[in-house]
Amino acid sequence: MLKINTSVELEEIRKEILSKRDPKKPCLTLCSGTACHATGSKEVALAIEKEFEKQKLTKAVDFRRTGCHGFCEKGPIIIIYPENICYLQVTPEDIPDIFSHTLKEKKVVDRLLYVDPSTGEKITYESDIPFYKNQERLVFTNQKIDPASVEDYLAIGGFQALVNVLFEMTPVEVIEEVKGARLRGRGGGGFPAGIKWEFTRNAPGKPKYVVVNCDEGDPGAYMDRSLMEGNPFGVLEGLLIGGYAIGAHEGYFYVRQEYPLALKNLGIAIDHAEEYGLLGKDILGSGFDFNVKVHRGAGAFVCGEETALLKSLEGKVGEPRPRPPYPAVKGLWDKPTNINNVETWANVPLIINKGANVFTSIGTEGSKGTKIFSLVGKINNTGLVEVPIGITLRDIIYKIGGGIPGGKKFKAVQTGGPSGGCIPEELLDLEVGFDELTRAGSMMGSGGMIVMDEDTCMVDVARYFINFLSDESCGKCVPCREGLRQMDKILTNMTEGRGKEGDIELLEVLSETAVEASLCALGSTAPNPFRSTFRYFRDEYEAHIREQKCPALSCKELISYYIDPEKCRACLICLKNCPADAIDGGKKMIHIVDQEKCTNCGNCFEVCPAKFDAVKKISGEPVPSHVPEEQRMIIKKSKEK
Amino acid sequence: MSEIRLQIDGKEVIAREGMTLLEATQRIGISIPTLCYHEKLEPFGGCRLCLVEIESGGNTKLVVSCVYPVEENLVVRTQSEKIDRIRKTILELLLAHAPDSPELQDLAQEYNADKDRFEKEASFCIHCGLCVRYCAEVKKLNAVGFVDRGIKKEISFIPEIAAKECSRCMECFPLCPTSYLQAAYVLIEALAFSGASSGTKSKE
Repeated sequence: MLKINTSVELEEIRKEILSKRDPKKPCLTLCSGTACHATGSKEVALAIEKEFEKQKLTKAVDFRRTGCHGFCEKGPIIIIYPENICYLQVTPEDIPDIFSHTLKEKKVVDRLLYVDPSTGEKITYESDIPFYKNQERLVFTNQKIDPASVEDYLAIGGFQALVNVLFEMTPVEVIEEVKGARLRGRGGGGFPAGIKWEFTRNAPGKPKYVVVNCDEGDPGAYMDRSLMEGNPFGVLEGLLIGGYAIGAHEGYFYVRQEYPLALKNLGIAIDHAEEYGLLGKDILGSGFDFNVKVHRGAGAFVCGEETALLKSLEGKVGEPRPRPPYPAVKGLWDKPTNINNVETWANVPLIINKGANVFTSIGTEGSKGTKIFSLVGKINNTGLVEVPIGITLRDIIYKIGGGIPGGKKFKAVQTGGPSGGCIPEELLDLEVGFDELTRAGSMMGSGGMIVMDEDTCMVDVARYFINFLSDESCGKCVPCREGLRQMDKILTNMTEGRGKEGDIELLEVLSETAVEASLCALGSTAPNPFRSTFRYFRDEYEAHIREQKCPALSCKELISYYIDPEKCRACLICLKNCPADAIDGGKKMIHIVDQEKCTNCGNCFEVCPAKFDAVKKISGEPVPSHVPEEQRMIIKKSKEK
Repeated sequence: MSEIRLQIDGKEVIAREGMTLLEATQRIGISIPTLCYHEKLEPFGGCRLCLVEIESGGNTKLVVSCVYPVEENLVVRTQSEKIDRIRKTILELLLAHAPDSPELQDLAQEYNADKDRFEKEASFCIHCGLCVRYCAEVKKLNAVGFVDRGIKKEISFIPEIAAKECSRCMECFPLCPTSYLQAAYVLIEALAFSGASSGTKSKE
């Protein structure tokens, strides 16, 4: 491929690519993101390649390995175009059937279709599956492209926005457009991107830098990873546009080392872009020069904080530094630097192509556009979802997420990552937006969404996240390092039955200190897990402290297992499954749990047949005393009575 | 350098651009407690004890005066109920590490801090970083540094450098607000360069 020298040449190439593509030609796409790798997409891909050769279909059917499709619960996923047939949880053994039935005979392989759990109905087309139907995919469009193919990206209109910007707009006009779109930072802060760009552009000093923050560290969140893996060109185009608008000629991608596929695909995209002349000197003959470098982060949560990230990029210890001065004024190597999250950059081409007006037509008063969430936890449809901002939590959890598995009751949804908050059932109709979530005591964060059911203890949730943050704190400032250390201890004590009066007051004063006096956002948001769970689930805290009781029956130290003598049928199943040898019993002899030996592992509770339902889990009450020895023999109870 | 006018505790102050709030308050004789601040060193902003309240454009917030730059027309309060409450909590958190530090005890008295409010911690170090930064910035030796992060963070002498440099310097010892630093040095000395002439002992 030769270097593209002008925008006219780019359009000619795009036309040529499109002219060679027949939209009616069958195309089989397979998701090959990290999540699907884990469910076996690599093996499926090998089977597909083999079958292509065997059936001699290489020319008649296209095969595309794309990034993540989002429906990770059901991966690996195959979509067959142009019909849009969607096959889920595909294994290598299914491939011959897909070829012989669907590709050759145009029939559907029934067993691979999505089954609606509420109706039992099978759904053939991707767009009809509720998980997809209720989303609005504008940025997260991975399924359309092979992330390693610049041709695929050009075919869906890639680099159109860059051309518009370079040849039809002044840098100030670009900034005005992004400001007009009211795009807010998707990494967590929610600061208006256009205003940040303007600050950096107007800050004195040269050179200026633009940085992509792909140091996604929230447990269970992988939106940025999927965008980087699935559409690195989109992020790159956004960065190029930002560089032009801000007056930067150098860009950095800060990507976690733990994201090997994202790094690989990004590397390929950069190589292609350089080869095509979309990076380097005089891009498309516009006179604009721009180069990028990739930096691998060593994996510290705090490096997602912008000042810590920049320190790390400079090769120093990744510790936040006080702001002001903001990176816009004094950033990388003390030069004006604009840093945005992956998803923020990926929104930029969309805004340029569609216009700020279209972008602002989606969303709430203060938050515009769409947002990608990673929906995980106790939810039927685990995966990545892109939704219009302003959608309710209920719609995300029930319409898209398919509700809670196992007939359990919804309890709370944790949004915003470890330092976000838990939102209870009574607020499920809350519209999802930056300000809305903050008012509810949580935050948008980068888009993590962990669903919790009735078996989750909210004190333990707070303990878990505070413990995570105490480990991930950089340790520089006292309110965060020492405050979280003490909060972790107090919460651990509560979950282990050592809570005492006065603990809540201590947690509150430590929270205030961390919120008001911490050096960076990690510390100032770290008390959210405690504050939000205390706000909505105060009674659980009180039960832990006053009654040593865990109402959700989750805290191991606060629960006991015992066997209801009225219900036990002496089936021996629990006895055989007890790893601690704590169950005494025999044939026709009612089983009893020796509380001294019991380790509260819960095996007996899990294995007791549902029809007997004899093993009980209790908390905050004394274990009923054993049935007297002489009454332990089961002699057909009905006759006895 | 242009002059910046601001108000601190009701007094008009003229400061130079680039000054911190702490420096501006020192100018007019108002004292703010500090632990990690040292005039020879770059501001660190770690202990957060020097926090003050600022008012600008109708909003008030707490900032740390040793790192916050002076701004035109800023209204600053160095004391309030909230400031005192947070300073007290910070001191109590540090007293869990170093209950016998005279510097902490004096401040504890001033802010009515209870040294027993939190369970005691094993390490005396309060992570003020004075030793680490003094060695790096003034001596340019980097013989002592921070290791690990979060609640596991601690100071440690780098044996290769410490064996060569520390016995003839030890200028960081008096900077330490607790007795931890010297203990850490003695430990590393004993473990790593037992053959070297013992600087600490010869000085006694």
